[in-house]
Amino acid sequence: MKQDFKILGTRPIRPDGLDKVTGKAMFGSDKSVTGMLHARILRSPHAHAEIVSIDTSKAEALAGVKAVITGDDFADVENRWARYTMQNCMAQGRALYDGHAVAAVAAISKTVAAEALKLIEVEYKILPHVTDVDEAMAPGAPVLHEGVKARKLGDDVSGNTVGYYSFGHGDIEAGFANAELVIDRTFKTAAVHQGYIEPHGCLADLGGDGRGELWCSTQGHYMVREVCSEILGIDSSQLRVTASEIGGGFGGKTTVFIEPVALKLSQKAGKPVKLVMSREEVFRASGPTMSASMDIKIGMTKAGKITGAHAKLRYQGGAFPYQMVMMGAMSAFAAYDLEHVQAEGWDVMTNRPKMISYRAPGAPMAVYAVESVMDELCQKLELDPIDTRLMNAAREGTKSSYGPTFKAIGLVEALEAAKAHPHYSAPLAPNTGRGVSCGFWFNFGGQVSVSMAINADGTVNLIEGNPDIGGSRASISMMAAEALGIEYDRIRTIVGDTASVGFSDVTDGSRVTFAVGIATINAANAAIKEMCKRAAKIWEIDAEAVEWVDGAAQPSGHNAGNFPPMSLAEIAATSGKTGGPIAGHHEGAPDKAGVSFGVHMVDVEVDPETGFTSIKRYTAFQDVGKAIHPAYVEGQIQGGAVQGIGWALNEEYIYGEDGLLQNPGFLDYRIPVASDLPMIDAVIIEVPNPGHPYGVRGCGETAIVPPLAAVSNGVAQAIGVRMFELPMSPPKILKAL
Amino acid sequence: MRYVVAKDSREAVALLNTGENARLLAGGTDVLVQMKLGNKAPSLLVDIKAIIGFSDISAENGGFRIGAAVSGAEMGEHAGLKAMWPGVVEAVELIGSTQVQGRATMVGNLCNGSPAADAVPAMLAAGAVARIEGPSGTRDMQVADLLEGPGKTKLGKAELISSVYLPARPERSGDAYLRFIPRTEMDIAVASAGVNLVLDENGCVLEATVALGAVAPTAVMVPNAGAALVGSPLEEQALEACAAACEAACNPIDDKRGTVEFRTKIAGVMATRAAKIAYTRAGGQL
Amino acid sequence: MSKIHITTQVNGDAVEFLCEPDETLLDVLRDRLNLTGAKEGCGTGDCGACSVTLNGRLVASCLVLGAEVAGSEIETVEGVGTADALHPVQQHLLDHAALQCGICTPGIIVAAKALLLQNPNPSEEEVRYWLAGNLCRCTGYDKIIRAVLSAAAEMRGENA
Repeated sequence: MKQDFKILGTRPIRPDGLDKVTGKAMFGSDKSVTGMLHARILRSPHAHAEIVSIDTSKAEALAGVKAVITGDDFADVENRWARYTMQNCMAQGRALYDGHAVAAVAAISKTVAAEALKLIEVEYKILPHVTDVDEAMAPGAPVLHEGVKARKLGDDVSGNTVGYYSFGHGDIEAGFANAELVIDRTFKTAAVHQGYIEPHGCLADLGGDGRGELWCSTQGHYMVREVCSEILGIDSSQLRVTASEIGGGFGGKTTVFIEPVALKLSQKAGKPVKLVMSREEVFRASGPTMSASMDIKIGMTKAGKITGAHAKLRYQGGAFPYQMVMMGAMSAFAAYDLEHVQAEGWDVMTNRPKMISYRAPGAPMAVYAVESVMDELCQKLELDPIDTRLMNAAREGTKSSYGPTFKAIGLVEALEAAKAHPHYSAPLAPNTGRGVSCGFWFNFGGQVSVSMAINADGTVNLIEGNPDIGGSRASISMMAAEALGIEYDRIRTIVGDTASVGFSDVTDGSRVTFAVGIATINAANAAIKEMCKRAAKIWEIDAEAVEWVDGAAQPSGHNAGNFPPMSLAEIAATSGKTGGPIAGHHEGAPDKAGVSFGVHMVDVEVDPETGFTSIKRYTAFQDVGKAIHPAYVEGQIQGGAVQGIGWALNEEYIYGEDGLLQNPGFLDYRIPVASDLPMIDAVIIEVPNPGHPYGVRGCGETAIVPPLAAVSNGVAQAIGVRMFELPMSPPKILKAL
Repeated sequence: MRYVVAKDSREAVALLNTGENARLLAGGTDVLVQMKLGNKAPSLLVDIKAIIGFSDISAENGGFRIGAAVSGAEMGEHAGLKAMWPGVVEAVELIGSTQVQGRATMVGNLCNGSPAADAVPAMLAAGAVARIEGPSGTRDMQVADLLEGPGKTKLGKAELISSVYLPARPERSGDAYLRFIPRTEMDIAVASAGVNLVLDENGCVLEATVALGAVAPTAVMVPNAGAALVGSPLEEQALEACAAACEAACNPIDDKRGTVEFRTKIAGVMATRAAKIAYTRAGGQL
Repeated sequence: MSKIHITTQVNGDAVEFLCEPDETLLDVLRDRLNLTGAKEGCGTGDCGACSVTLNGRLVASCLVLGAEVAGSEIETVEGVGTADALHPVQQHLLDHAALQCGICTPGIIVAAKALLLQNPNPSEEEVRYWLAGNLCRCTGYDKIIRAVLSAAAEMRGENA
């Protein structure tokens, strides 16, 4: 594997940076066209209700209203997952949660659209609702959809239980029999929202001939194209989707919430339609992550060896069938080398907005519960939390708790770095505790397309198909520069629309730097091959006798010929005469993504009179394989850590008895603000992923996994009482004291 | 909706008296949010920022008169006001973000009628007096007498508050305001306390006023909490009695921001902590 | 509803526009003046993405009516610096990789510039509290705070 890099590991300014600091960058709601209409969505004020009737006639009669749609305007969709997505975008027959869309309007102005909403008359028949996961899973609960219960389940769980998974190996009862201490605890975590600052926004233009243009803020514009063309019954070739700059997603923009509605309105009105969610709509009707109820049982010897581990994870994911607890069950014990382990998970529907991924979806809560029990075991057995984790740590060759055997991984390196860090030995002030937690997340390869053109002036254009959410155009440009052997600023990388480059999976699964990176290197290699051919042609030698070194073609040895190297710029300059334009492209589905482990350490101070927890010091260690652009890698780690801190301390979806969401705004949905935090020290650890030419592992998601338990373990030490529920908001802590 | 800039308070009062669903606009940080969220839909907005004097902080009889359109940021930048009534100023400065501070006004905070309004307990503790303009002329009223309930004040029809007067204060006096929020910023008070103290020459409390926020339908004065401090050099026993009096005065609700139990406990904590700050500001040595 | 005619100054240029009485300054900037640098993250003054200065004062433009700004001086991110003459805050945000998605960046820039105008030498804590109303969900704030502190140092003539 390549080790000596010229470009990788440096910190150049990102290509889109200037536009973003001057206000020029165009996000989802920033685009307008002439003749455009403004759309608004009417949403259910009930947690669960039959839509008896909708009368849109008064709204349609209002001057300036150009189209009104309801669920009746959408034809049935064969694929059931696409149908769920469609019915989440616009209710059909029943409103399934507070905020569920029931109708939409397009009008000549925002004001008229808002007026029209008030004129739509909906008759509801209120139905029983359920929002808590344990209640929803219990027999007798109101069932959201009939006939979708997981097949292998019996009568002890309700029809809302749409998924069951079990991972593990060995004999857990035998494992617990060997333990000298077994701890069995139940935990609850609240649903939290991705909290991106940019609400969903799009501009849709769909003609009667089925040809459409869609501009939207998304993590995957090909996904948007596939889903929307299926819902609207048009050919995917006819719908061109352009991804705007994206103002945060964290998984929340890996599906559609408004795009099919905007397209349908546009089709009906015959005009372009702009549709932007309000912040309230974002909270009520775009995907939060799951809330969870979990039982964790771990047995340990007095020396600290885990003898057996068992997790039962019950997640609720809102108003439609979904599959995500599986990821939690796979992640729960991934950090440990275990002989006897089982992790089970149940996916449950409730009258809440349909869940969608949030950074390492499913893992943070499961790992929180596991790492809390680990901490309690260490505490009771008077063991060092890092040494104990080291003793049990998964390493290369470990059969993972979810099946596969790990290749090279960096958990031990991260734990050792944490142990050696000055933070770990720093003295603690009164009312302060230090928490540690491991964390784990997968990486995903997936489908990817990259197209690269070598221009006659020696510069390079690169088109990729993955929206850039955190600086990936910089890392892609860097890898292209490294592969081609030219300067970073000779390359311009753009995210192409769906008509300009081949299919690319969604920007998720920490996959972009890994997968687009591989495609970029392969595309560069294709271009290099062609450039070598051109040089060979000029030199009149065999193409096989030319090699590419430091950005130039050169004869591969004395026998090949004696010519001075020809640079990329020189070859490009004559390309018109040597066979035409030079380009490279790659389409593929790389599958050797490596997993990523992290270890977080936090000092928290708890005010014993108020239960207020403040973060005093935070250090995060993470194996990222190879940090292409270390500053953006640190940024991913810091951002993930702070989202985890928010989850641990204050963020939560609050529902009343009426099933209505009580805090759909940033005032009471409390994400961390600048003054809540210290600096977040990110320590990068590089254990190369053998499945990538440069050793890259995705780094984006792992960092949200450890903070929950790290903070909770710190609180436990600070106050001498362990909390079993997130968020650990001040009233809960004060009550526990 | 109509938007009208009132030239003087008489015009503003007349506009309020038209029978339209009129609302005043000063900083707008409450009313525009209420309009955005669909909670309020006024048919007339009367902008009072252009009225002469409404944007002024003026010295008067040894105290300060603060106009209805003076922003929190402007109060924070007024050295004299901040030196005399640091607790009131810090209370106002806690309302919202820096951006909100650029607009939000103390009088607006009072008129919005929120039980959790930051400025109100501090104003109560300070003995602030509101100047009211209305169809029948001008009158002054203790801020304490204006409070009515959530979202409500005792202002009459077509009445407005043109300014609030913070009185002169004796030597060896100081005030402070503290609130509890789940984060360090950007939240609504879960419980809060304003304390105003006057000390004698020996550092004992001569006069004490304690007011609480977010623990009852309106901010409340707690005479017993003040009385508990009088005569003491703020020793532990007096502070405990003060906290107990505060807890006894609480009549909060359970909601998404806090429980009854939590609010009650925290109110006493905030009051005693604020008392210590006020005591130090008054020149006392803890 | 009849529209209101307003003449004012944005980023040093005289502008005029017609707006609805209930239209916010943010809507006016974005929809009528095509200045989309200020973003609407919440519309209720909780996120700071729409930060602008109004007569030198930092405000949330979603909590100001367009009708209120007659005869004012407004500055948006578009007026802070240009590509070839970036304000130090802009340059240091780039240098520190202090933006990921970039949606909060315009608000951060306007707010940080306003801070440094009135306090050229803020402490880390002062920067954190000043920017508490500018939510960022990507960065955990670390690099933003460092960038603002080093921009301040550069503006004071110190080696950052």
